[in-house]
Amino acid sequence: MPSFRLRNVTLGYDGHPAIHHVEGEITSGSLLAIVGPNGAGKSTLIKGLMGVLTPMSGQIELSGCEIHDVAYLPQASDLDRNFPASVEDLVTLGLWQWRGYFGSIGKLDRARIGKALMAVGLDGFQSRQIGTLSGGQLQRALFARVLLQDAKVILLDEPFTAIDNKTVGDLIALIQRWHSEERTIITVLHDMEIVRAYFPETVLLAREPVAWGETAQVLKAENLLKARAMNEAWDEDAPWCGHGAK
Amino acid sequence: MTLYEFFLAPFTDYAFMRRALVGASVLSISACPVGVILMLRRMSLSGDAMAHAILPGAAIAFLFSGLAILPMTIGGLAAGLIVALLAGAVSRLTIQREDASLTAFYLISLALGVLLVSIKGTSVDLMHVLFGTVLALNDQALLVIGSISTVTFLMLATIWRGLLAECFDPVFFRSVSTSGSFVHLLFLVLVVLNLVGGFQALGTLLAVGLMMLPSAAARFWFRDIEPMCVAAAVIGAASSYIGLLVSYHWSLASGPSIILTAGAFYLVSVVISPRGLFAARATPKRHRTA
Repeated sequence: MPSFRLRNVTLGYDGHPAIHHVEGEITSGSLLAIVGPNGAGKSTLIKGLMGVLTPMSGQIELSGCEIHDVAYLPQASDLDRNFPASVEDLVTLGLWQWRGYFGSIGKLDRARIGKALMAVGLDGFQSRQIGTLSGGQLQRALFARVLLQDAKVILLDEPFTAIDNKTVGDLIALIQRWHSEERTIITVLHDMEIVRAYFPETVLLAREPVAWGETAQVLKAENLLKARAMNEAWDEDAPWCGHGAK
Repeated sequence: MTLYEFFLAPFTDYAFMRRALVGASVLSISACPVGVILMLRRMSLSGDAMAHAILPGAAIAFLFSGLAILPMTIGGLAAGLIVALLAGAVSRLTIQREDASLTAFYLISLALGVLLVSIKGTSVDLMHVLFGTVLALNDQALLVIGSISTVTFLMLATIWRGLLAECFDPVFFRSVSTSGSFVHLLFLVLVVLNLVGGFQALGTLLAVGLMMLPSAAARFWFRDIEPMCVAAAVIGAASSYIGLLVSYHWSLASGPSIILTAGAFYLVSVVISPRGLFAARATPKRHRTA
């Protein structure tokens, strides 16, 4: 079964850590929320797990599945919204690992695409150009693509940005269904109410893990205060980190 | 003058006009779909940069074997690919973006090319390399253009789906396939190939015109990519025919006439097409309820 093991992982940019010295394990079937203030290293950690960003030091080990079994919904997608593609074109990319370069998209595939769009409340949007979608609708279309990928591990970076309450409820139901299917789900979130209500496990970051474990324990006032005191700015003259040095 | 004399006689009477028409049309059919993808990838100016980058390769071949088609084609191809690879490597391994690294390498390449041509050649030779001679396409040149078109079609058909995916959501494509960089590279090879093909007829400086102007015009007429590619190829071929006619009847330079005709198609498309200026300005009087 898929799981991540992080050994003294430091991730960052230009010699400055966005997050450093992360130790821990994300076990198979986890439903984990990553929370923390702006600049705490949440998205950076997700990028590290996805393999898009290479650690400056330490290792991230993925066992039990291949990297193509990991689906990733980025915070701000890099997709070109002026590109002449329809919602169906976008969502169909979720079938890439089965259809690839030459596989034809058949009736069954179209039915699956339709079902995925229905699950995110975009039924009938198949032929709409992506440039005409609102921010929330685009986010839901990207969610539908993740749904179609049928991945064992799902990484979601602030998936509810710009999405209305009703749809958030639908998408949470979807996440719970994935959880019941024993998929591993790791989600960056800001809404503590949602985290407390639906996520059994949480990691609180502030450029390093402040707490990691059962949600109720992690989101205690003292931990949240500690995270809030984090220094967001890079210090160009900061001494080199001596963590673990003998 | 009869209609026949005006529209057909130049091509039935003169073999060099027929060759020019066949060469430029075949080139349009292959280069314009490549141009459409370049435009959609927001790399329209990269096409221009690559066209300049071809020059030193062609120039080195010219130094050794004079104005011979095949060596100049191979030289141009090699120079274009080296510049594309170096620019790609710098942008991937350093903080510099591809537009800046490509600009740097093509400028070096262009200056080197002009320097090399001027060591041996006359300004007439330089004019040939820079502006081509569509009216002097021999069998070998037509064969090169035909081969390039065939390779382009086969390659595009093979990588089409991945190319579009890489084009419009590169980060996602990287997460589901390891072939993204390879597809990008193959596409750059196609760009260089078609520019080299165009350089026989139109020279390094105008070759990119036949690739980009019909593509930019087609964007105004069609929403989906496949019809856009077909429209671009049709506009390219029509520009070749009309441009050659204009150059024949009014004794104008043929290469620039073809490109200016494509330019005219572009300007007309900007104004009257369904996505052009007028359509954008026209306020709809009615709207649907949902």
